[in-house]
Amino acid sequence: MRESSSVKDIRSSSVECRPSPMRQFSQSSLPLNRNYMLSDFCKEHNVQECRSHINQEVSSLGLQPVWTEASGSSEMNIIAVLNCMYDLIQLHHRGLRTLENMEVEQLKTSSNVDFLQLNATHLKEQLELSKRENTGLLERERQLQLKVKTLQNSLKNEKEEVQKLQNIISSRASQYNHEMKRKEREFNKLKERLNQLLVDKKEKKQAIDVLNSIGRADGKRSLWKTVKTEAKHEGEMYKTLLSDYDTRQRELLLENAELKKVLQQMKKDMVSILSSRKNALKEDKHQDAGIQADAEEEEEVFDSSKESVELYCDQAREKLTNNIRLQWRRLKSHVERLDSQASLAQRGENKNSDAVARETHEDEMDGLKLEIQQCKDFIQTQQHLLQQQLSSPCDEETASLLSDCFMLQEKERFREEWKSLEEQRKIFERERRNFTEAAIRLSHERKAFEDDRALFLKHQFLSLSPFADTNKPQMTKSKSAFLISKTEASAETAPENLIKCRSGTTSPILRCVQLTPPPTDDLHRTFCLMPDKRSTKPKRKIDHGEESRISLNGNIPVQRKQWNDSEDQNSHSHPKEKTSSI
Amino acid sequence: MNFSEVFKQSNQLCKVSPDGKYLATCVQYRLVVRDVGTLQILQLYTCLDQISHMDWSSDSLFILCAMYKRGLVQVWSLEQPDWHCKIDEGSIGLVSSRWSPDGRHILNTTEFHLRVTVWSLCTKAVSYIKYPKACQKGIDFSRDGCYMALAERRDCKDFVSVFVCDDWHLLRHFETETQDLAGLEWSPNGCVLAVWDSCLEYKVLLYSLDGRLLSTYSAYEWSLGVKSVTWSPSSQFLAIGSYDEKVRILNHITWKKITQFEHPATISNTKAVVYKEVVKRPAVGSDDLSLHNITIGTTLFNTQSKYEICPTPVQLPVVKPDPDRANPKIGVSTVAFSSDSRYLATKNDNMANVVWVWDMQKMSLEAVLEQTSAVRCLQWDPRRPRLAVCTGNTKLYLWSPAGCVSVQVPTEGGFQVQSLNWHCSGDSLILLGKEQLCLCYMDHDQEDK
Repeated sequence: MRESSSVKDIRSSSVECRPSPMRQFSQSSLPLNRNYMLSDFCKEHNVQECRSHINQEVSSLGLQPVWTEASGSSEMNIIAVLNCMYDLIQLHHRGLRTLENMEVEQLKTSSNVDFLQLNATHLKEQLELSKRENTGLLERERQLQLKVKTLQNSLKNEKEEVQKLQNIISSRASQYNHEMKRKEREFNKLKERLNQLLVDKKEKKQAIDVLNSIGRADGKRSLWKTVKTEAKHEGEMYKTLLSDYDTRQRELLLENAELKKVLQQMKKDMVSILSSRKNALKEDKHQDAGIQADAEEEEEVFDSSKESVELYCDQAREKLTNNIRLQWRRLKSHVERLDSQASLAQRGENKNSDAVARETHEDEMDGLKLEIQQCKDFIQTQQHLLQQQLSSPCDEETASLLSDCFMLQEKERFREEWKSLEEQRKIFERERRNFTEAAIRLSHERKAFEDDRALFLKHQFLSLSPFADTNKPQMTKSKSAFLISKTEASAETAPENLIKCRSGTTSPILRCVQLTPPPTDDLHRTFCLMPDKRSTKPKRKIDHGEESRISLNGNIPVQRKQWNDSEDQNSHSHPKEKTSSI
Repeated sequence: MNFSEVFKQSNQLCKVSPDGKYLATCVQYRLVVRDVGTLQILQLYTCLDQISHMDWSSDSLFILCAMYKRGLVQVWSLEQPDWHCKIDEGSIGLVSSRWSPDGRHILNTTEFHLRVTVWSLCTKAVSYIKYPKACQKGIDFSRDGCYMALAERRDCKDFVSVFVCDDWHLLRHFETETQDLAGLEWSPNGCVLAVWDSCLEYKVLLYSLDGRLLSTYSAYEWSLGVKSVTWSPSSQFLAIGSYDEKVRILNHITWKKITQFEHPATISNTKAVVYKEVVKRPAVGSDDLSLHNITIGTTLFNTQSKYEICPTPVQLPVVKPDPDRANPKIGVSTVAFSSDSRYLATKNDNMANVVWVWDMQKMSLEAVLEQTSAVRCLQWDPRRPRLAVCTGNTKLYLWSPAGCVSVQVPTEGGFQVQSLNWHCSGDSLILLGKEQLCLCYMDHDQEDK
């Protein structure tokens, strides 16, 4: 420490002023080192002095003296000198190094000082600024406080004003009310007076002029006012009130019943849900004694509530509502727990689902693809087999089956053909019969003709004779002609008869329908009235409903006509049939 | 849909008899009775002066014609045309005349509401009811015709008297907790009487038939209150329209509010269908726009209009009322239930072009009809959920759950529908113009659609 300070001193002295020889030396040594210039310190004549001086200097520096008296010789101990010089050079080097360090240090510190000075000025400025701000804020605060004060004042004033106004209003209102009452009283007095005057005035009195008085709407006579009627009125009033309350009570009862039903339903649902939960918990073996107790309690609650639903007293109701509340709370917590579980599970799933799902999906896909391929193969083989079967002569069973099929079809076809043939046969039969009949007739005719001819010949023959009879052959001729026509007619009527029979079969149905007309008839009659009414209305558009009604009206008579026609037909056809049968 | 020819009418006095068979119209001082079906004139009566009010008796046998200026009431019989009855209120004056539910008594309210005179056509007897209150709706008969509730004012306090209509026996008389009673109305089942205060205070009181106070309802204080009150036909709901543009629905058990329907200027409810009337004027060339053509155009060119369904949200036109004027045009003034109590139609006065239809089962907005002009009158079909609306132009608008139509009234001379009335069968509508009337027949198939 001291050393350094001394060194500093030395340096500082060397820097600032150099009065001492040492300094001179150090100063001279520097150029000596640099320029190798010889100093004129030591000369021939003052070697001794120089030696002693250097010796002194060196010892003062704490080095070994270069030259000792003890040696006694003027010769210098070269080793010692050299050592001394070396030491001196070392010293000098050290001095130089410390000097450099010192210089760097000095630079650093000076810059530091500068920085600190700058900082200080900054801070000072800031301080100034904040001081100014502070004063500004203080000023503002003061102003605001002033404002608040004025506002408070004005508020107070306003409040006072409001109070005053309210007072004024109320006083005015009371005054106004008072005036009103006064005026009203006056008005009433005036009314009274006017009434009196009008009653007193005889010239234009109130009057009723009725041609002849009419009866009461209910046809009763008016009753005298008695205590009895009063009581009756009271009774009626209370009756209406009572009935109103009655209906209201009934409505409420109904509503209550409905609500109770809902409540019961809810309770049932809750019980089922909660009981299932209980079971689940039991299975999970997560339940502890507390929950067990809870469950038991629940059961009790359910039982008690079941009873209380039927009860109506207040206590029961309270109990019921409490039970419901309790259950509801449990359900809510349960649902909440489920919810949280579900969300947790979902989250877990979300984490794992991707990896797992893809794998499983792929597996599944592969499986399904395989299955599809298998199915396709299966179908192909089936198809193949089927084709083979069809192309190759199939086995007997299927052949018989097929043949059966074909046989059936054939049979069907044959039957059809058979039917048509049968019909044709019938027709042929009929024709044949006709033909035979015709042949018979022909033969008959021929016979008749033969007879006629024979007769004719006979007659002719006889005519040659004097006996003549012309009438006879004509008659027979006409007879035969009639016969032919009649048979023809019968042949013709045959199909007609058939048709009539058909109409006869339908007639019962029609008759059945005929039973319905009376109501429609009535309807028709009523409807008939309506269009009459409408038609008289001017400019009235016929709406769709009416249109349809009218069209109905139109329909009904037509239908009726049809029925009538059919009836007529029937009635006509019956005689026809009869005639034909006759 | 079809329309009859146009008939004359004055003072919009035109009524169908309660049994639906006859149509009575007043033309100046004549009373014309027609058959509803044929529109043939059945009877023609001549009154002493211009008729200012006309009404059918409940049994459709008599018609009352009041001439308020002369203080006269004339009654005509349909069965006996030569029968007549004249009631002269004398110098006491007459401001209102009405039938009692039995059709045998006439209740006349004298000028200044001095009293109500009850004239009996059976016995010619007269009875007086004193202190009737002059208010929005001071007299109401129960639906079954048994009871009459009358608002009274005595000693600056409101009272309600319940009379038995049979013999005008005073059944109950009680003071109501109102500042200034504005109206009263029986529930359709006749067991509850709704009483409401004047618009200065929101207060609805519900009294039982025996005079017990069942409940009091007040939605808010200070600002203007009740504007309209209507019972649902099922007596289940009481709808209260108020100056705050809301309708509040009370239930019949607890008499508490079930819900409230607001009438916002912007409809954002996606479930509601917004029908907007769009007018299409026939294209007219520029040279046709002379004064001559324009004057004819109003009668010749019938502007076509149709409904378009607007996607929500929809901005509705709102008129800001003048706050300095009395009876500001704001708030729900019309509340009407459909005959099956399923739907509720309302009109908010500061959105006069808009009709709101609410579903009472879902308790939500069902449809909004935005018209091009202010709605004059709306009425439900007495049989079906079908709403007829008119806006003082030549068109009739119908809404049903299936949809909405606008129909041009095909009459010459610009028949402007000011008011409308359903026939009790729901098959026809009576459209009233300024001086004319016309019948509109409904299609039957419409209900099937």
